[in-house]
Order: sequence, then structure tokens, then C-alpha cells
Amino acid sequence: MAAHLSYGRVNLNVLREAVRRELREFLDKCAGSKAIVWDEYLTGPFGLIAQYSLLKEHEVEKMFTLKGSRLPAADVKNIIFFVRPRLELMDIIAENVLSEDRRGPTRDFHILFVPRRSLLCEQRLKDLGVLGSFIHREEYSLDLIPFDGDLLSMESEGAFKECYLESDQTSLYHAAKGLMTLQALYGTIPQIFGKGECARQVANMMIRMKREFTGSQNSIFPVFDNLLLLDRNVDLLTPLATQLTYEGLIDEIYGIQNSYVKLPPEKFVPKKQGDAGKDLPTEAKKLQLNSAEELYAEIRDKNFNAVGSVLSKKAKVISAAFEVNSYIEDCIAQKHPLIKVLRLVCLQSVCNSGLKQKVLDYYKREILQTYGYEHILTLYNLEKAGLLKPQTGGRNNYPTIRKTLRLWMDDVNEQNPTDISYVYSGYAPLSVRLAQLLSRPGWRSIEEVLRILPGPHFEERQPLPTGLQKKRQPGENRVTLIFFLGGVTFAEIAALRFLSQLEDGGTEYVIATTKLMNGATWIESLMEKPF
Amino acid sequence: MDKLTQVHTASHCQLKESKRAVNSLRDFVDDEDDDDLERVSWSGEPVGSISWSIKETAGNSGSSQEGREQLKSRNSFSTYAQLPKPTSTYSLSSFFRGRTRPGSFQSLSDALSDVPAKSYAPELGRPKGEYRDYSNDWSPSDTVWRLRKGKVCSLERFRSLQDKLRLLEEAVSVHDGNVITAVLIFLKRTLSKETLFRELEVRQVALRHLIHFLKEIGDQKLLLDLFRFLDRTEELALSHYREHLNIQDPEKRKEFLKTCIGLPFSAEDSAHIQDHYTLLERQIIIEANDRHLESAGQTEIFRKHPRKASILNMPLVTTLFYSCFYHYTEAEGTFSSPVNLKKTFKIPDKQYVLTALAARAKLRAWHDVDALFTTKNWLGYTKKRAPIGFHRVVEILHKNSAPVQILQEYVNLVEDVDTKLNLATKFKCHDVVIDTCRDLKDRQQLLAYRSKVDKGSAEEEKIDAILNSSQIRWKN
Repeated sequence: MAAHLSYGRVNLNVLREAVRRELREFLDKCAGSKAIVWDEYLTGPFGLIAQYSLLKEHEVEKMFTLKGSRLPAADVKNIIFFVRPRLELMDIIAENVLSEDRRGPTRDFHILFVPRRSLLCEQRLKDLGVLGSFIHREEYSLDLIPFDGDLLSMESEGAFKECYLESDQTSLYHAAKGLMTLQALYGTIPQIFGKGECARQVANMMIRMKREFTGSQNSIFPVFDNLLLLDRNVDLLTPLATQLTYEGLIDEIYGIQNSYVKLPPEKFVPKKQGDAGKDLPTEAKKLQLNSAEELYAEIRDKNFNAVGSVLSKKAKVISAAFEVNSYIEDCIAQKHPLIKVLRLVCLQSVCNSGLKQKVLDYYKREILQTYGYEHILTLYNLEKAGLLKPQTGGRNNYPTIRKTLRLWMDDVNEQNPTDISYVYSGYAPLSVRLAQLLSRPGWRSIEEVLRILPGPHFEERQPLPTGLQKKRQPGENRVTLIFFLGGVTFAEIAALRFLSQLEDGGTEYVIATTKLMNGATWIESLMEKPF
Repeated sequence: MDKLTQVHTASHCQLKESKRAVNSLRDFVDDEDDDDLERVSWSGEPVGSISWSIKETAGNSGSSQEGREQLKSRNSFSTYAQLPKPTSTYSLSSFFRGRTRPGSFQSLSDALSDVPAKSYAPELGRPKGEYRDYSNDWSPSDTVWRLRKGKVCSLERFRSLQDKLRLLEEAVSVHDGNVITAVLIFLKRTLSKETLFRELEVRQVALRHLIHFLKEIGDQKLLLDLFRFLDRTEELALSHYREHLNIQDPEKRKEFLKTCIGLPFSAEDSAHIQDHYTLLERQIIIEANDRHLESAGQTEIFRKHPRKASILNMPLVTTLFYSCFYHYTEAEGTFSSPVNLKKTFKIPDKQYVLTALAARAKLRAWHDVDALFTTKNWLGYTKKRAPIGFHRVVEILHKNSAPVQILQEYVNLVEDVDTKLNLATKFKCHDVVIDTCRDLKDRQQLLAYRSKVDKGSAEEEKIDAILNSSQIRWKN
């Protein structure tokens, strides 16, 4: 049991245990000693579910990363490939299988697709002549992975691009499946609210999936009162702004991946003279970060004062067009990292409902000449995602949204915050404000603003069998599962946690998403990379 | 950058503190496999984690000595070995009754088999539902249901266009990607391109899925045909252009870029694509020429500053910098001259001056820097001008360790007095500070600065002289 997962209102250990059980069952199916060949991308998420000790219990003796040519020697009965359903990985697997040493003892091959099998992948294996070599070929539905007592993520990097640029529904389908799993373990969620196109799709899928399982009644007493589905593109501004909470800053600068933070090795260089030169760490050191560190939990969501004033000033400078333009130009001229430049340009565009055509053309030219012409593709992606666009001549809606939802708060007390705007030194994340208002007094009070924001908003009810109607005790908080479709930032998580622990807040939140992200990783997922 | 350093240090300190705090809480924290915070091996991976284990177990006959020790000591107080396994109350698959997991022996692609359904001898006592498996009369929804379960399923029965479309609609409605792909593969094979495109044009979800599928399997040709049909011209052009990233050989890439010119990009982008081609064309020539010069060993600049990388595929500004570094004095006629680049690609003055400055400053060619900013006006007098603001010039010079005399000259040209004073103080251009304080009639600041200069230095004398002057009407 992972202690840090059960302290919250919802015991996510139940999910974790269920998922671990599936893994154990599969491993036992491949009886005998085994070696696992890992798609490297999966080692992170799996690390949150199981440690090597669990695998060892099920006779996993060796582990390798998936690489071309021949598999390393290993005296095991079974070789199991743990992979995502990607065609290029199938080619590597085929290479491994075909170059297997016939003279050595025969090993059985198996493959576990995470999270789904894929027709195309199996077809590819067939074409390469190796499909028949696999004895067990299954899928492991690891959709939502518990990161913390109130935090779940699919860790799907491509989700935002798929959903908003390509209108591809694969990630949404996985989100829906993940939600069905949660309902199987924690009970049917009686009310579903949503804002955005993708939210609507996911809700539709859930309802349809539920219909298919009529017959098997879910007799679990519901833990969640509500589900709130939110499209990332309802609030594009928040991930672009620099994050000011402790965890957000660490993520921004050092990069949090799967609850581990990679700190640069120079931070750990021994201070004593004699030790210098001995065994200097060459790789970034990893430290696990989650609420198991009590002190960390307390300071994690506190605002970071040292940088606060500088960065908040930058955030507020958005409207001062002249300053921003020349600041951005300077960044390009000094060849600052492209991601930083793109973030600033998008930030300016989002806050002003687009850039003047002349300004946009100018930025584009500067960027292409400084960083390379291939970024025509990157800029196209950003435009398609709505992050970068020319002003259309319609009015700029952002000031209305800002005012109605009170997104900018001038008197922010960062030591003892009373409003979620503390997470960005005065700026309240729009997404979280929407959640807050849904809880109290409800979305009817902001109908007009909701209509300005992209995508439909809706409400669905899922009937519960009688006897399972949730009766809340007086003073007991509601539990809302809020699902960000397209990614969530640590600042938004901090803001939601702040709301959860308010004395008379009324609602506690459990947060789910397709990906934990910061502004840099987000933009990066939209950049075209050379192959 | 100063703020960033502050942040680094501050966050490191807080992390240290929290670590110390946690260590003292150790006894209260449930000791579980992944709550272990301190056990980080020197490679950086937490001991016992999967990534660590991969490193430890791969390649060797067993885990390393160190690894085994640490695993052993951890296992000594790990609890799961002693406790009985938790009783199995939940198994994910048990919840999805009515949906059997795809059997291990069924291939999803078998679903597309052209072979007609096998005929089995009917067995007594078989439940009616399963008996239906051998029937040839499945509706679209039955077929889709079977496809989802990975059962053998021939789609050949769906002969008419009507039938095929009903099957597609059914597949789309269940949202299952594998099923939609299976049906699309079937349609792709059994429909003419035009019919397929025409029908999908009005079926958005299936259309997007087809595009995604074609991208996944790399069928570039059909994808472009589709975009052309849909008149999504910009996507067509960009999709074609994107392929250049796959071509490593510079000549081949150049030829490919040529094919991109004239595609239906937006007007702005068309110009950029043309530039991209022209640039690579030039770079190939420059690269060949310079490699030759370098190996001949006769050219001083290449001997003194050997090239660290090829110029191929570098951005335009980088190429300009390279040109200003290695080919500064060349006449406009050559492909490698900076002036030629400026003209061909219409590089604005600002960018040009900045880049040339950076290159010449790196070479410590102060005369060239001087010449960049000197212009003769109509009277024949020389005057210094910069399209970029002299504070930027000063910063770049300082970055390249320009001597104080040079720095001083340019600091003096900074227009804004406050900036001038800041920079002069920062870079210890004493004369400028002194003169500016005098011009501002700021006695206090001059006094304060006096304490910063060396005792007995010329600067100190100068300051004293000014302070003692009766001609200045100090403001403070």
C-alpha cells in the first residue's frame, strides 16, 4: 500500500491495488522465469504502480530496455514485451524476435500492449512474420495512474495535439475508459458537468459505455458527487503563464516527471575539499516528491516570494503592448530558447484575442530566420491550437472574461491567501475559477461568459439504483472529480487543493488529467521535431 | 539571470530543509516500497524502482553487489513479505462482464480475413448466443460487436455501398479506434478512391480517423490525394513540406525543397519556403568551399578558429553570423559574403548590425565594430549611429570581454542618462560615471563613487578636481 495515496477523501489505493492485480495476473499467466523488455516511456508510469520487488515476486529476473537487433542473453523461460501500440516499436520487436539465437534454449515470447492493443500494430507484426511467435498477446488498461492522494493522470503526451489539432478521439476514448474504471471501483457518478467539445465527447462515450453494461448493476456506494469535464482550450492562458507555486517552479525549472524531480548534479557536489573529484554524479539526481513528505506538502503550494514580484510584473505587463513587443524581440535577437519565445508570443496573443497581422508576420519572420524555416510547421500548429492567431476584428473578449470572473486580484496576501489568485501572485486560473463557481453558486450565474468561452457546456445525470442515493451529512463536503482534457498545470492543482482545504468551501476535489504539464512541455508537444 | 540563480538556491535550500524534516518523520511514515526517499543510487535512480532495476539487471548475470545489499536491507523491514496477500475483491476485468477481454489467441487482424467463416459441426447444448457465431447473417451492429471482441469476422458480406456505409456508421458510434480502423482498411480496399473520399467528406469523425490512420502507416501519397480532394490546400502543402525533415542528405533535401515551391502555401509562407530552398542551396556551396579551404590550411581565419560544425541546415541568422565571422571582407559577388546574404534574404539593418557586431566582437576586431557604427554625414563628418540602441552594443561588447577603453566609448553613446550611468557603473567605466555625475550636477552620487575608485588613482584626482570646482552649481 502506498501511504500517500490514501490520505485524501478518496482512497486511490483501491485503484492502485486493482491495477496491480491485473499486472500480477498477467505475469502469472506467463508461467516461469521471465525477463521484461520495456518501452522506455512506460517505465515512469509503471514505477508509480509497482516497484521491482513486485515484479520479482512473479519471477521477473531481468529487465531490459527495448532496443534494436538481438536481445541480451538471459536464462529465462519467458520474454515479455511491455509496449505502447506504436508501429515503430513493432519493427524493433520483430528485429528482436527474428534475431533470436536458435541454438540457445528456447524462450517464449509474449506482448503486453499498454493501454490498448492496436489493429495496425498486430497487422505490422503479421507482415513482418512474427505475429505467430507470441503466445500471450494482451492489453493492460493502464489509463488513469494515481500520482497522489488526489491526483490522477493518463500521462498521455500527445493528447492535447490529438484532441485539438487533429480532432482525434483516441485519447478521449481512453479518458472515458479510465472514468468507467473509476466508476467500477468508486461507484457511478450521479452528476456530470462539462465545458468544451471534447468534454461533450467524453460524456457521450461514458453514457454509451454505461448502456452496454446494463445487466451488471454497480452496487458500490458512490464516492464522487460530481464529475467536471473541462477542455484545455477553455483556458489556454494558465499554462502559458509562469508558475509561481513551489511545485510549479520546480517543475518549470527542473522538470517533474512521474512524481520524481530531476535535480541537476551540481546541486549535490560534495562541499568538502577532499571529496572533490571523487565519484561526481554525472546524471541528474532524482528525488521523489509527493505528499508523503509532510513538510513538503505544506510548503509545496505556498507561493514563492523571491521570484513573485518579478514574474507577476511580467504577467501584468501583457497589456502594455509596446513593452512586450520589444521584450519579445530582444529575446529572439539574443536567441533565447525557442520555447520561451513561443510561450511569450502565445501569451500575448491569448490575452489580446490575437495579434495584429503586421505584428504576427513580423514575429513569424524573426522566428523563422533565427531558429530555422522548419518552424513554419510549429507556428501552424500553434495557430491551429488557437494559441497564436491574427486579430479578427471582432472585439477582444478577454477583458470581459477577466472582469466577470475576477481573474485579476490586486490585493494578494501570499502568506495567508484567501483566494486562488495567490497561485500566480494575483492571477486566478480561469479553469479553477469555473470549477469554483460551479460549486457555488452554479454556472447559471455566468451564462454569458460561458457562451464566450469555446465549446458547449452541459449537464448530465446518471441514475443510481435506489438505496445508493448519496445522503450527505450536515457539514460534509461534496467530492468533485475534475478532469482536465488536454493537460493540467501544478498551479491549477495548487489552486484546487487550496479550495479543498477551505473551512467552509463545501467541495473537495480529486484531479484527473490526460497529462501533468507545464507551459514548456506543452508548447514542446506542439513543435515539429526533425526525425 | 540573477533572479534565476536566486530561485535555484532558494528552492535547493527549501528542498534540503524538507528532506531533513522528512528524515525525522521516518518512523511515522509507512515504510513502503515507493515511499523511500533517501535511497537514491549514485546513478540518480531510486533504488528498487523499475528504471534502476533495468540498469541493474540488464547485461549482468545478476544485480550488482551494491544493489543486492540495498535490496536486502530494505526488504528487512518491508512489510508486504510478512502480511498475507490482500484478498482479491476487485479485479478490473471482472467488472467488465459482458465484455470478455480479447482472447490471447485471437488476432485483431484476423477480423479482416477474406476467408469465409469456417463452418463447424453444430454441437448439442451450445448456448444460442454462441451458435450465432457460425451464422452468416450478422447485422452491422453484430459485426461491430464481434470486431470489438477480436473475433473472426469477414466483412465481405457488406457488398453494396449502402451496407458498407452502415457498417462504418456503426463502427464510428462505438468510438472504438481499432474497429474504425478495421472498417476503414476494408473500405480502402473495396472502394474506389473517389467514392471513399466523397463519402468520408461528409463524415467528420471517420474522415479524421482516416487521416490519422494514413499518417500512422505513412501513406503519404494517399494522404496528399485526400487533402487535394478536400481542397485543404494549406494542409496539403504543409504535409508535403514536413517530409523534408526525413531527408538527411543535403543535396536530396535541397531537391525536395524545390518541389515545395509553388505549392499552395499562404503568400507569406510561400516566400519563406523559397528562402528555405535558396538558403540550403547557398549553404551547400559555402560548405563545400570552406571545407576545401580549411583542409588546404592556407587561410588564416580557418587556422586560427577551426570550424566546430557544418553550416548545413543552420538557420539564416546563424549562417549570417558564420559569414560575418569567416567571410567578412568578401565582396558582394560571392555567395558567402555577408552583404550578399543581406541582400538576397532582405535582412533588416537591425538584425544585420547585431549579427555582424556579435561576430566581429568575438574576433576582437574592434576596428570593424567601429566601422559598423560610423557613418559620414553630408558634411563629411563622421558620426556614430546604431539601429539597435547602444546599450545593446555595450552588452555584446562586454560579453566578448572588450577592453574598458572600447566599452567606455560606447557607453558614452547611450542616450538615456540613467541607463548610461547604470552601465558605466556596472562595467567600471570611471570617466563616464564621473562625467555624467558632473553633467547631472549630482554631488552626492559623485561622492559615493569616489569611495569605489582606487586610492590615489587618476580617477580619484579627477573626482576631487571636479568636486572642488567652483563653477559647478551642484543640485545636492
